[in-house]
Amino acid sequence: MRPDRRTFLKASLLAGGGLALEAFVGAPARAAAASNAASGGQAAAASAVLTAFVSIAPDGRVTIVAKNPEIGQGVKTSLPMIIADELDCDWDAVRIVQADADLARYGVQVAGGSTSTPNNWLPLRQTGAAARAMLLQAAAQHWSVPVAELSTAKSRIMHATSGRSCGYGDVANAAAQLAPPAPGSVPLKKPEEFTIIGRPVAGFDGPRVLRGEPLFGIDTRLPGMLYAAYEVAPAHGGRLVQADIAAAKAAPGVRHVVPIKGDGNADTGLADGVAIVATHWWLANQARRKLVAEWDVSAAKGHSTERYRARAQAALDAGGGQELRREGDPDAALAAAAKRVAARYDYPFLAHGTLEPQNCTALFKDGRIEIWAPSQTPARGRELVQKMLGLPALDAVTVHVTRAGGGFGRRLLNDYMLQAAAIAHALPGTPIQLIWSREDDIRRDYYRPAGWHGFEAALDAKGRLTAFTDHFVTFGEGTRVTRAGDLTLTMPPADLIPNVRFSQTAMPTVLTTGWLRAPGSNALCFASQSFLDEVALAAGKDLPALMLELVGEARVIAPPGGRGAPFDTVRARSVIEKVLQASHWAAQAPARVAGAPARAKGFAFYFCHQGYFAEVVEASVAGTEVTVHKVWVAGDVGRHIVNPFGAENQVRGAIIDGLAQALMGQSIEVVDGAVQQSNFHDFRLARMPITPEIEIAWVRSDHPPTGLGEPALPPVIPALTNAIFAATGRRIRSLPVRLG
Amino acid sequence: MGYRLHVNGQVHTVEVPGEMPLLWVLRESLGLVGTKFGCGQALCGACTVHVDGVAQRSCSVPVSTIGDAKITTIEHIGETPIGARLQQAWLEIDVMQCGYCQAGQVMNAASLLAATPKPTREEIRDAMAGNICRCACYNRIETAIRMAAGIDPAGEAHDGGKSHAT
Ligand code: FES
Ligand code: FES
Repeated sequence: MRPDRRTFLKASLLAGGGLALEAFVGAPARAAAASNAASGGQAAAASAVLTAFVSIAPDGRVTIVAKNPEIGQGVKTSLPMIIADELDCDWDAVRIVQADADLARYGVQVAGGSTSTPNNWLPLRQTGAAARAMLLQAAAQHWSVPVAELSTAKSRIMHATSGRSCGYGDVANAAAQLAPPAPGSVPLKKPEEFTIIGRPVAGFDGPRVLRGEPLFGIDTRLPGMLYAAYEVAPAHGGRLVQADIAAAKAAPGVRHVVPIKGDGNADTGLADGVAIVATHWWLANQARRKLVAEWDVSAAKGHSTERYRARAQAALDAGGGQELRREGDPDAALAAAAKRVAARYDYPFLAHGTLEPQNCTALFKDGRIEIWAPSQTPARGRELVQKMLGLPALDAVTVHVTRAGGGFGRRLLNDYMLQAAAIAHALPGTPIQLIWSREDDIRRDYYRPAGWHGFEAALDAKGRLTAFTDHFVTFGEGTRVTRAGDLTLTMPPADLIPNVRFSQTAMPTVLTTGWLRAPGSNALCFASQSFLDEVALAAGKDLPALMLELVGEARVIAPPGGRGAPFDTVRARSVIEKVLQASHWAAQAPARVAGAPARAKGFAFYFCHQGYFAEVVEASVAGTEVTVHKVWVAGDVGRHIVNPFGAENQVRGAIIDGLAQALMGQSIEVVDGAVQQSNFHDFRLARMPITPEIEIAWVRSDHPPTGLGEPALPPVIPALTNAIFAATGRRIRSLPVRLG
Repeated sequence: MGYRLHVNGQVHTVEVPGEMPLLWVLRESLGLVGTKFGCGQALCGACTVHVDGVAQRSCSVPVSTIGDAKITTIEHIGETPIGARLQQAWLEIDVMQCGYCQAGQVMNAASLLAATPKPTREEIRDAMAGNICRCACYNRIETAIRMAAGIDPAGEAHDGGKSHAT
């Protein structure tokens, strides 16, 4: 949380009795209005955003609103745990309700960037503590005893001297009459007093998922609902010229066929297409084959993987590029080097493959539209829908946030929501559910962009790294880079050595690109940490030794221009040392057994999303078969792991995800704008047999907790490719790994 | 065409074309949405149900081929002792992340344990290889199956994950 933002509380009597406490976070400019509200005014909701809502009913039931979308990262459970702990309530009495999308009320409700935990940690704790303080005060007044003599545990208030006790629900009505305290004034628990934070708590929705209850977007059912498939151009950027819909309309179960003209914005806009609406989705999807549509795909001509590759190599051969960052004099350092190391690295476009395909349910009626969507940015979608349909006010759009069957960044974009809204708008009064086939999903993703790097490094006579340069080839127009196609200017070893140059060349693409779990880092870490492994070798040491040397003395390095997170060398050193210890890195590699496949360890480190991770992979290679024996992970995301159950799941998921990117042949290829992959046979995801043993060690530095959805992923890929090199002598400079 | 289906101990009659896969009949005719759509091509296992006790990918089973066979879905698997044990193990170690694949995982695991009550690690990995978990909860899925089977979850040495990089 930024220090200039403050929390304000508003208490009220719950409809039906009980205490309702709302916490708003607002900038100082908004403070006046919000603080009026804190003393009973009405203005807060309009000027500051609601960050937490907790209520205690007279029967003791605690309700907490989960405002951020749940995509599998566990926030629907872990954020309420933070409130519940400071409230000191019985976790079993907690009910969690998912909030609808409402920018004015909740501010950004986003599941992305591993931001949920760091942004909410303090306000949620203050809210829980304030609610507890109000309940205590009510009990103290009721019993006429000093507050200081009271204690709480598991939703009960005790007065030890008199032996009296009562439940939270018993004083909830009385507490609702009190003015809430200033959040900063309420003492928070000491970490050793936590009873819920840090304990493994099972996901709140688990039992319902296992009974097959409707929870996900695709499970939405409305009376009279029809199902829609949406046929789009075979190539990215294609436009609909004309469509003969007669045959499709006559297909079994089909009720409506609606050609839809998009808005020409191939990125965040509505794509041209033909909607087929039927009694069952399968029937709608089957009827697509009967469509005779003519598409103009001329804009995609020449947009092919081969062309991109050739252009990128030519750009690297030509050198130069737009200079993004320079420190010191890299050219002089290279000229004076005792040793120079140069290499090129690249990686492909990737799809997300959320297991629940994109889908959205919508009903347009009486000038209003109601939407049910598994979105990571529902409030953004809501605005786009209002604009697209030209509705007079945001109030005309309601977005219900459903559980999402995976996100990984795919659902930060709301293209499918716009499509569903456009179809529903064309069929007023009929609820429709748009479902994408898996083929639609793989062919129309916002891909992790491919990239190419030409690295060079200078070593002095003592084997110290003195210069590092990267010529990065990405996508975009001129200096405007495509989404998620930018270079992180703090990528190590920048800021750790005196002479650095980052430069960039961008070429246009018709593919839509976007954020994939640990965006940027998932690719940059592979390229840079693999290259640094080469540099370390040239300097006669190993990568962990080089990284420790670069990290150097204890200090905190501010990001250039003050944007981004500071880099704490102590935290970096701690995770590196921890993983080396856990994996017995220093131990001699066991003697090679004749006939057995070569087996070795590889290491990598990265810092992103405020998390520090060092990882070691032990792998062996026999022909094209790679066995990952074990992965050791050391991570520092602050002092508290809010929910170890969810946290470890995130780390394991990230590790296996990274291994799959490298080892399952994942690559999206394109010919004249048409994506060549279509389903899980040619865009392969991790499966149980590739899963290694994973050992996780936390470094608990004294910092507030930060998110875990992403930072564990990047290092595992170079740790693997560095292990493959150590085992076989084959340097993997291109993803996915190909040994055939 | 009308089809009589035995689903979860009840008989339903549905009017759909015979080629329609069972998945869509369950989800969109009968409102049993626990069985999930992931790929439509028998590649992911999200749609796994039991047909006469054996795991099948319902996205690839035309409704016309079912006849009198008894269908069991996730909504009903808790009624069987194996299903109940699996659900309990799943919750005990909090297997799931997004949860979308889990119905299919549990159904496939139930079919495995019915045929092989004490599977080895290798047998679990083979049997579950067709069920994708995009969130990659594989370590815990494997552990939960071992718990439900009454095998010491930490008992057998892990010999690593294998893949072909071609
Ligand atoms: S939906 Fe049936 S196997 Fe994927
Ligand atoms: S838990 Fe998300 S796909 Fe398995």
